[in-house]
Amino acid sequence: MSGFQTNNKVISWLDQRLPIFSMMQHSAIDYPTPRNLNYWWNFGSLAAFVLVVMLLTGIFLVMNYSSHTSLAFDSVERIMRDVNYGWLIRYLHMNGASMFFIMVYIHMFRNLYYGSYKAPREVLWWVGILIYLAMMATGFLGYVLPWGQMSFWGATVITNLFSAFPVVGQHIVTLLWGGFSVDNPTLNRFFSLHYLLPFVIVGLVVVHVWALHTVKSNNPLGVEMKGEADSIPFHPYYTIKDLFGIGVFLIFFLGFVFWAPNFFGEPDNYIPANPMVTPPHIVPEWYYLPFYAILRSFTLDLFGIPAKLQGVVAMFSAIIILFFLPWLDTSKVRSAKFRPLYRQFFWLFLIDCLVLGYVGGKPAEEPLVTIGQLCTAYYFAHFLIIMPLLGKLEKPKALPASIAAAVLKEKA
Amino acid sequence: MRKLILSAIAAVGLMASSGAAMASGGGEPLMKPGFSWEGFFGRYDQAQLKRGFEIFNGVCSNCHGLRLVAYRNLAAVGLTEDEIKAVASAREIADTPNDEGEVRMRPGRPSDKYIGPFPNDKAAAFANGGALPPDLSLMAKARVGGPNYIYSLMQGFVEEVPEGHTIPEGKYFNKYFPGNAISMPPQLMEDLVSYSDGTKATVEQEAADITAFLNWAAEPELDARKSLGLKVMIFLVVFTAMLYALKRQIWKNLH
Repeated sequence: MSGFQTNNKVISWLDQRLPIFSMMQHSAIDYPTPRNLNYWWNFGSLAAFVLVVMLLTGIFLVMNYSSHTSLAFDSVERIMRDVNYGWLIRYLHMNGASMFFIMVYIHMFRNLYYGSYKAPREVLWWVGILIYLAMMATGFLGYVLPWGQMSFWGATVITNLFSAFPVVGQHIVTLLWGGFSVDNPTLNRFFSLHYLLPFVIVGLVVVHVWALHTVKSNNPLGVEMKGEADSIPFHPYYTIKDLFGIGVFLIFFLGFVFWAPNFFGEPDNYIPANPMVTPPHIVPEWYYLPFYAILRSFTLDLFGIPAKLQGVVAMFSAIIILFFLPWLDTSKVRSAKFRPLYRQFFWLFLIDCLVLGYVGGKPAEEPLVTIGQLCTAYYFAHFLIIMPLLGKLEKPKALPASIAAAVLKEKA
Repeated sequence: MRKLILSAIAAVGLMASSGAAMASGGGEPLMKPGFSWEGFFGRYDQAQLKRGFEIFNGVCSNCHGLRLVAYRNLAAVGLTEDEIKAVASAREIADTPNDEGEVRMRPGRPSDKYIGPFPNDKAAAFANGGALPPDLSLMAKARVGGPNYIYSLMQGFVEEVPEGHTIPEGKYFNKYFPGNAISMPPQLMEDLVSYSDGTKATVEQEAADITAFLNWAAEPELDARKSLGLKVMIFLVVFTAMLYALKRQIWKNLH
């Protein structure tokens, strides 16, 4: 681990006034990283890579997009047909959104498995949730822009959710719409916000990385780095590993772009928006489906609270609850590797989320409604009952003395 | 790594199965004849696109528009410049105002988008018993099942309405149409058109050809997309393999 040194006078002059070279040396080259990170730790850098892809393709799309209701759909089709490589840029952006969520979901579940949200990484985790929330908003806003049937009706359904709140609800909806229905003012403000939010995400990512570099990476063993033997410099070990990850990811990503570009999309969105015709089955994009299922699983008005309000509150709570996870999880041990009981509940929870996603994409019919309700109950039970109890009841396996000790023992 | 691959496969499988389960329409599962442009190396068959265009131009375009496709694009279907001019000038479109401010009609040009059969949607619906014939530019992407749906729908008409179904006056029973009552009468029949390349115009042949043409209209970039994709993939596989070798080399001393 050497600090930044150079014989170049110009670089040295600049670095003394603005230490960008020292900072890069410190944060991207020497930065000590646990020596035992597995491939699940690739998904953070992959998410960052997709963010860059989304920003670049988005900037070029905007050069050819018109955000007026009478032009939006045709301007997107013009990009697909007449703009040089417009189809490539748009399909990259469209599929990139799904890729972004796949990468981030894997990143989040990795975090749940290895207990990365626990002290001292709570703030790192919080910023991550904020990024996720900003992504959800950005994805929703972006889906409205092509002004197809699903754009229009998705926007109508989702914005209407806010009307469930008493007193202020209808005012919020009017504010979101910029009028009394989803129309041109809605499209214009959504376009503006869709361009703004990605830069908010970039800012949050900077804070996320800042927090990460303060507390350093967790690792599969969940024990802190203690000495030189436990860590390796970020470069070249993790730069090359992340680059290899990006190569594999690109094969996966571009496979969709070139051979199944509409796999994640809805056919209805190739029909221009028509306020007079409601599609038979309105579904949000796949990445919202688990939350959509939670929203729809409240079907009874209880204690004077309308079912819709219960659903909306539950849906938001499903994400807000993540902020409290560092304290809901009472176990002292981070990694599920040493938590035989939690490991099983982790997989149950993952299956629960997948089932919720499946239910969210289907029409609300029995038995799916009941299944959705049970899975919703389990979702909250996982955080509110299982996580606090497990920490008390479970007997974790013995932790290794250090990362190096465990790694070297494995090799021997 | 093994777990990673397994979960990726499981995730894709789950999504694919839920996608397939969502594909439901008029009850009958769609026919899947297999088209030339499907699969990893699939490409359009230009002769087929041209046959499909002959049906579209001769039959479909009497009721349906194709507003996103320009006449000049038809070069990709195999029409010569003169043929494109001839097709374009078959219909008239309102010109820009002349020096005296009058708006006259002029014949279409290759740079125009395909001129629809009706001046507006109201006229189109009025001429078709109240049902608006949809524009076909994106039909192959705008329906669940895509090309298979078009292919099936064109052959899905049943003359005798099956028991348990009532079809209103002026509508027709179609096995694949959502709700089964479609406003479009059956269109395809033996020798509906005489193909310029001499192919025998059977009903299946016509259905396949019109499907091919409409898929091209919806995805004109498909050939370019798959051919670029192939080159990109070859590069990426080699590049990623090299990165992997480099990763092994760098990490070798560590463990």
